[in-house]
Amino acid sequence: MVSKPVLIREDGRRVDGRLPEELRPIRITIGVLKNANGSALVEYGGTKVIAAVYGPREALPRHISIADRAVLRVRYHMAPFSTEERKSPAPTRREIELSKVIREALEAVVFTQLFPRTGIDVFIEVLQADGGTRTAGLTAASLALADAGIPMKDLVVGVAVGKVDGVLVVDINELEDQYGEADLPVGIAPNIGEIVLFQLNGVLTRDELKKALDMAFNASEQIYKVAKESLHRKYMKLIEEVKA
Amino acid sequence: MDLKILVADRQIVRPGDCLALLEKEEAPPEGGFKYFPDRHVYILNNKVYSDIVGLVSVEGGTITVIPLEGVYFPRKDDIVIGVISDVGVSQWIVDIKAPYKAILPASDVIEGFNPAVHNLRSYLDIGDYVLAKIAIFDRLRDPVLTTRGKGLGKILEGFVIDIKPSKVARVIGKRGSMLNVLTTMTRCEIVVGLNGLIWAKCPDEQTLNALVRAVKLIEAKAHMKGLTEEVKLYLETVLGGKRGQ
Repeated sequence: MVSKPVLIREDGRRVDGRLPEELRPIRITIGVLKNANGSALVEYGGTKVIAAVYGPREALPRHISIADRAVLRVRYHMAPFSTEERKSPAPTRREIELSKVIREALEAVVFTQLFPRTGIDVFIEVLQADGGTRTAGLTAASLALADAGIPMKDLVVGVAVGKVDGVLVVDINELEDQYGEADLPVGIAPNIGEIVLFQLNGVLTRDELKKALDMAFNASEQIYKVAKESLHRKYMKLIEEVKA
Repeated sequence: MDLKILVADRQIVRPGDCLALLEKEEAPPEGGFKYFPDRHVYILNNKVYSDIVGLVSVEGGTITVIPLEGVYFPRKDDIVIGVISDVGVSQWIVDIKAPYKAILPASDVIEGFNPAVHNLRSYLDIGDYVLAKIAIFDRLRDPVLTTRGKGLGKILEGFVIDIKPSKVARVIGKRGSMLNVLTTMTRCEIVVGLNGLIWAKCPDEQTLNALVRAVKLIEAKAHMKGLTEEVKLYLETVLGGKRGQ
C-alpha cells in the first residue's frame, strides 16, 4: 500500500500546483468524427473524453421506441488503455450507472418530444482517465448533441468539486479523488441555472455543500465559455480556410 | 410580441443562448415556459432562448434560428428523393434519409394494382431512385409517399447529389435566388429534394462537375454572407462565362 501523498501543500496549492478554485487546462474540439452526426473531444487536464452522437434515427430494436418521444441511449465506456492498469473492456457496474445518470442529465435538456419513435445514440468513450471522467463525458455528450443539431434547452457542463485534506477544491484529479474525503460531481445547464446531475461520494457538511455548489457554478461558467467558443470555432475555422 | 433583441442578424448562436427579452410582460405561460419548435426558440421567464446551433434571422419583429446541422424531418407535401431499400408485397420501403422509413404503396404507382398479377420488382427495384412527395405523415405513423404529380416518379437519368439536409434551404436561397443562379448559369435541370438529395441533368460532364462543386461550396459555406455572389463568380470562372447569356 502506497502511503497517502500530500494533497494540499504548505503554500495552499494542490498536488499539481493548482489553487483550490483553479481548473485544469480545458480544451474542447467539436466535430472530430466524420461518420457521426455530432461529436466532441473534451480534455480536462489529463482526462480525455470523446463523445459521438448518432440520430435521431430509427430506434432499433423496434420495441424500445417510445410512441411520443425519442429514446436517448447513452453508453459511457472507458477504453482498456485509458487507465494505468488495463481496464477490462466489458461494461462494469460503475459504467452502467454512469451511463444512466448521464442519460438522465441529458434527458432534462433535450427536446425529445420532437422526434417520436426515434432513437438518439450517445457514445462516450474515455480515452484517458485522470479523474472527473463522468463530468468531462457529460460536457462532451452535450456538445456532441448540439453539434448533431438536436434541439435542446441548454448545453450541459459537468464539473466535480472535492474535499481533500479538509479543503474544498474544484475539478479534482485522479489522486485527489483517490485520497480525498469527498467527491461531488455536478452537471449544470448554465443559462437556465438548472442542476441536471448531482452525486456525492463521501461526507460534506451543510455549509461545505453550499460552498461546493457555489464553486461548481463558478467553475461551470468558465468551462461553459470554452465550450461556447469551441462551437463557434468550428464555423470560424471554415471561414478562415476559405479566406486562405 | 415586443422584443428587445440582443443578437445581430445572421449571428451564430448555440443552444441556451439568450436572443431577446420580452419588453412587455405577457401573461406568463405555465411554468414560464413556452416552446416554438418550428422557429427553434423558446421563452423562459420572459427571455427568448435558442434551442439549436444555428444562424439568427430577425424578420418583422419575430426571431428565428435557422439550424446549421440536423437530420431531415419529414413534413407533409415535401418533395423528396428516396432510394428503394426494400420491396414488399404491396408496397416499397424507401430510404429518405429521415429517422423513419417511408412507404410507397404499389397502388400509387401501378394502375389497378393486383398483387397476384403485378411483380413490384419489375417497376421499382432495390437501389432505384424515386422523386416523390410526402402524402401523409403524422407523429404516429411512418411517412407515406406518392409519385402522382408532375415530374414525380422513378429517376431514369441524370445524377443525384447528396448534401446535408440542413443546407438545403441555402441551396434554394431566399425566394429561390440561389437555385435560380444555378439553373440559369449551368443550364442544368435541377430538382432539390428537401431531404438533402438533389437531382440534376446537365448538358455535358463539365457543367455537371461545375454544378457539383458549386453545390458542395454552398454546403461548406452555408453560414456565410454573400454566398450567392460567390457562387455566381465561381460558376463564371469555371464555365468561362459563356453559358447562360
